[in-house]
Amino acid sequence: MENLVAYLPLLLAGLRTTILLAVSTLILGLVLGMALAMAKLSRHAWVSRPAYAVTNFLRGIPEYLVLLVIYFGGTQLIDAILGPGVLEVSPWVAGLTALTIVFSSYASETFRGAFLSVPKGQIEAARAYGFSAWQCFRLVQLPQILRVAIPGLGNLWQSVVKDTALVSIIGLEDMMRKANQAATATREPFVFYFAVSLGYLAITVVSMLVIARLEKRANRGMPKGVGR
Amino acid sequence: MIDILRTYGPSFLSGTWLTIELVVISAILGFLLAVPVALARLSDNPLFRGAAAGYSLFFRGTPLLVQIFLVYYGLGQFGFVRQSFLWPFLREAYVCALITFTLNTAAYSGEIVRGGILSVPRGEIEAARAAGMSAFTAYRLVILPRALSIILPAYSNEVIILMKGTALASTITLLELMGVSQLAASATYQPIQVFAIAGAIYYLLTLIITRVFRLLEARYNRYMIAAR
Repeated sequence: MENLVAYLPLLLAGLRTTILLAVSTLILGLVLGMALAMAKLSRHAWVSRPAYAVTNFLRGIPEYLVLLVIYFGGTQLIDAILGPGVLEVSPWVAGLTALTIVFSSYASETFRGAFLSVPKGQIEAARAYGFSAWQCFRLVQLPQILRVAIPGLGNLWQSVVKDTALVSIIGLEDMMRKANQAATATREPFVFYFAVSLGYLAITVVSMLVIARLEKRANRGMPKGVGR
Repeated sequence: MIDILRTYGPSFLSGTWLTIELVVISAILGFLLAVPVALARLSDNPLFRGAAAGYSLFFRGTPLLVQIFLVYYGLGQFGFVRQSFLWPFLREAYVCALITFTLNTAAYSGEIVRGGILSVPRGEIEAARAAGMSAFTAYRLVILPRALSIILPAYSNEVIILMKGTALASTITLLELMGVSQLAASATYQPIQVFAIAGAIYYLLTLIITRVFRLLEARYNRYMIAAR
């Protein structure tokens, strides 16, 4: 127990990295996911087909594999172009890229479904009123897309928080990595792995409450029972 | 690429086989555990309900990697575990991986089964009871089979997630598909090519799982097709 107290500042520093990585992934992943969803809904097959193929493939392989490909493969690629040893992929860049790619593949499906749930008549009405395509997207489509997409995106956020633990394997100093170091140094693996599992649990439980609030807010003005 | 396949072909095959083994065994054990978990979640007894909810929250709210390390490295911290007759088994990475994957997938599947049981139409349950079935018989002959057919699509997703999760067994020294790929990647200095092969195999496994469940669904719901 004294060990846990002694290592607590270290674990909390790791917690900060974990949260920072998850939030950065969320922001980049939402933007990329939205772009991929639009690509999937494109009228041009040469845009939609590759978007489907890539996201389907990424959803069918382990996240851990994606991470290792980017970390080791990225270095292999840079070596081949710039010559060996010039530049290395940092664990942070590899982790953020891998998690963002995975997140956006799933998010694109959520967004696509949400896009399709907005009745076509509303879009036509908006355009008939003289809204530009961008105004129509921002004022008519987006608010409704978010309402429908929040539960799905909430689940994806929870997966990303848990997936961040994988970056400890390539050496990023996140909460899991700190736990590994503490477990090895003190020979009390159970204590430290259990402690960080409570750390992750705290993030997921808080997120659950926040997502419920967001859902409620996004559903305001809707008749009861809609959007469940 | 051809060189890699020629040299590492047999290890890829044995790795793939171990991955399949881990998925099949933990999916079966996990499902057998998921049914009692779901029943406990729906039970009137607050003790059962609370225990099942706590179990479900822990395994769904923490990273799989933490859970694996907790079982593989964590259990050995306790003297009574190391002295017990189970230690020769619990020391094995293979057994630890199976225990973790089973407990993890059972928590997720338990939620799916619970949803399935709740969506069995009330009238069918009342009809079963009215026909004189005991609660147990009604569950065995009506409610569980109906729930199973309802949850099959959601459950196939869970099995794919489980399959992707087995990649983490490589972190505790198991040489499943991900483990052999990492060895081959560092031996050949060609991570991109090696991981491309691994990715193709994983994606193939995803397609196979999807196909198997589609067949199961067709078979399970064949009475509905006949009724159309």
